[in-house]
Amino acid sequence: MMQNPDNTQGRMDGGISMRTAMPWILAALLLLVMPFVFQSNSAITIMNQMGITIVFALSYNMLLGQAGMLSFGHAVYMGVGGFVCVHVMNWGIFGSIPLPALPLVGGIFGMLLACVVGYFSTRKAGTVFAMISLGVGELIAACSVIIVVFFGGEEGVSGDRTYGLPFFGVEFLNQVEVYYLTAGWLLISAMLMYLFSRTPIGRMANAVRDNPERAEFLGYSSRWVRYNSFVAAGFFAGIAGGLFAINYEILTEENLNLTTSGSILLVTFLGGVGVFFGPVVGAIVFTLLQTVLSLETEIWSLYVGALFVATVMFFPSGLAGVMQMHVVPIKLGKWRLLVMPYVTTLVPAIFCIIGVSGLIEVLFHARHAAIGETEMTLFWVTFQHTAILPWVVFALLALSGFWLARRNAPSLLDAWHRANTPDGADT
Amino acid sequence: MDLILVNLIDGLVTGLLLFMLSAGLTLIFSMMGVLNFAHASFYMLGAYFAYQISIYLGFWMGLLVAPPLVGIVGAAVERYGLRRVHQYGHVPELIFTFGLALLIEELVKFIWGNDQIAYRIPEILEGAAFSISSYDIPAYKVFMIFLSLGIFAGLLFVLTRTRVGMIIQAALSYPRTVEALGHNVPLVFMGVFGVGTALAGVAGVIAGPVLSTFPGMAFVLGSIVFVTIVIGGLGSLGGALVAALIIGWMTTFAKAYNIRMEDILTSLGFTKPEPVWDSAWADLWTLTSPQIADILPYLLMILILVFRPHGLFGKRDV
Repeated sequence: MMQNPDNTQGRMDGGISMRTAMPWILAALLLLVMPFVFQSNSAITIMNQMGITIVFALSYNMLLGQAGMLSFGHAVYMGVGGFVCVHVMNWGIFGSIPLPALPLVGGIFGMLLACVVGYFSTRKAGTVFAMISLGVGELIAACSVIIVVFFGGEEGVSGDRTYGLPFFGVEFLNQVEVYYLTAGWLLISAMLMYLFSRTPIGRMANAVRDNPERAEFLGYSSRWVRYNSFVAAGFFAGIAGGLFAINYEILTEENLNLTTSGSILLVTFLGGVGVFFGPVVGAIVFTLLQTVLSLETEIWSLYVGALFVATVMFFPSGLAGVMQMHVVPIKLGKWRLLVMPYVTTLVPAIFCIIGVSGLIEVLFHARHAAIGETEMTLFWVTFQHTAILPWVVFALLALSGFWLARRNAPSLLDAWHRANTPDGADT
Repeated sequence: MDLILVNLIDGLVTGLLLFMLSAGLTLIFSMMGVLNFAHASFYMLGAYFAYQISIYLGFWMGLLVAPPLVGIVGAAVERYGLRRVHQYGHVPELIFTFGLALLIEELVKFIWGNDQIAYRIPEILEGAAFSISSYDIPAYKVFMIFLSLGIFAGLLFVLTRTRVGMIIQAALSYPRTVEALGHNVPLVFMGVFGVGTALAGVAGVIAGPVLSTFPGMAFVLGSIVFVTIVIGGLGSLGGALVAALIIGWMTTFAKAYNIRMEDILTSLGFTKPEPVWDSAWADLWTLTSPQIADILPYLLMILILVFRPHGLFGKRDV
């Protein structure tokens, strides 16, 4: 499955050129100006969360996308790294360590744990690896209630980042300073992870993912190739944990359990596992969905779950994969062919989704609202859920949208084929 | 002695329940090569469907109607979801079933709410069936044991003694040959998926009232079911039975007998640090067996995977 379409290009580029450095320079500039664009405290909190999720998701994709290992326990490495960092915050020596170096400690401990677990879990990829990762994950999550000294039991462990050594006079009292710390680490780790995927060991991880037997015939131990990827992923997960510890100053059992491990799988897959920047897209979209959608509706996780299942079924290459599919039409200069079919298909599809979600919301309100409370607000309109009109409107929207989208879909498919065929080629 | 007998019965109930779930899961795995992460979600659906039916028609109709309904849902999932994802490979299949588990949990929350629902055992099965010295054995537990044993007998009979069972067994090992002989293998797959999920549904119907019915119930049992079939050896029904019973008894006994680490350490010649809560080893000294009962299956699974990757009775590597 997970091909890596940008591989062939990368081989040709070789060293550092303006073309390969440009995306990183742009990303650095973007990270630099973001706090000036979105100045509110909540926006900066969301961006911090986003940055941590991006590092974590990229590290997860080192396993799933680059090395073909599906893990159900990746949160453990982030969690343990984070717990160590919080403990360091509480120690006396913390005053002599500059805070920006703290994630490195988390990274090292995440890596050490991965060294131990990877020793027996990377023997096989696929289902075996998935099962072992699940078992180890559940085991360590369950240990958090037993080993109270380290995991702090049910209330977790908390610390205070401001006790650290001031870093060039910065004491990390406010969110913007933490943002720049997170952004810096995000940039460094993303770059390192990208470079890792370009090293021979990163390339071999791809080979082992696609055909372990053949890689063995070339003289590589597929187990050790996997082990290396696993340890590196553990390191970057630990860094994400350190950033989490600095940002939230508390870690609990929640940072270790299956829910967190599962949601990072969701984030990564949603973004796309085949492309390096896929998890970045996934983390941004997911964090926005999580924060914005959860303000609007109580059942946001139902929508996210449905979106995830739909992604697996219809777009297994994720959002980044869908973006990348458009490279060919753009290169051929034929993207204009796609505009009209997109409008005629996607607009009805959006109406259909609005209609369906409206029906779901009204139904949810009718079933679960407090007794006697019939008034609800949806899409900036306030109405009674007992009235018949909203049901009819939403049902009409859903049905007509579905019908129109269904009717126009063949023309989109046709336009897609034409846009992807070079001129003069026999169709 | 009496306590041992009581715990044996308790462990048997847990083990048989686990087996009912893992039997379907391991059958589905040996057929399609995919671990159905959502299997425990079908167990939950069984409990909720039975609850909804029992409101109108009583417990017994629920027991009769809910499992086939779950089976139909399962077959539909196989036909319209899994079969589509199958072309991408095994890992996306696993991811699909994981997403399905999330989605089913959210749907259950959407329909029945976040709280535990009042799904109760029928009046006729309330009270004790018999007692061993002073311990009462509830009638419902006896009913659970006999029902699950009956279902296994039926399953075994169908799989080994009937024509349908023979086709299923053949389709497990040589799907292409069976297809060449004119059997509709995708239909067989769909049928087995449906039956497997229906079995999970039965487990849900009878476990719902005792283990409580709430949206997290799939999550609680889900990973233990995986552990069971991995320990038993993927694809092995007998292995699943043995592993389920081992896990059932292991956790029950660990919970019933309060073995304290303190006693073990003292008998080994260590002295207890005083006061214990200041010591760095406080957690080790205060460790008790009921505390670790729930993580024992995971420990066992990791040990098995490290030392015997095929599982107890598995023929092939996972």
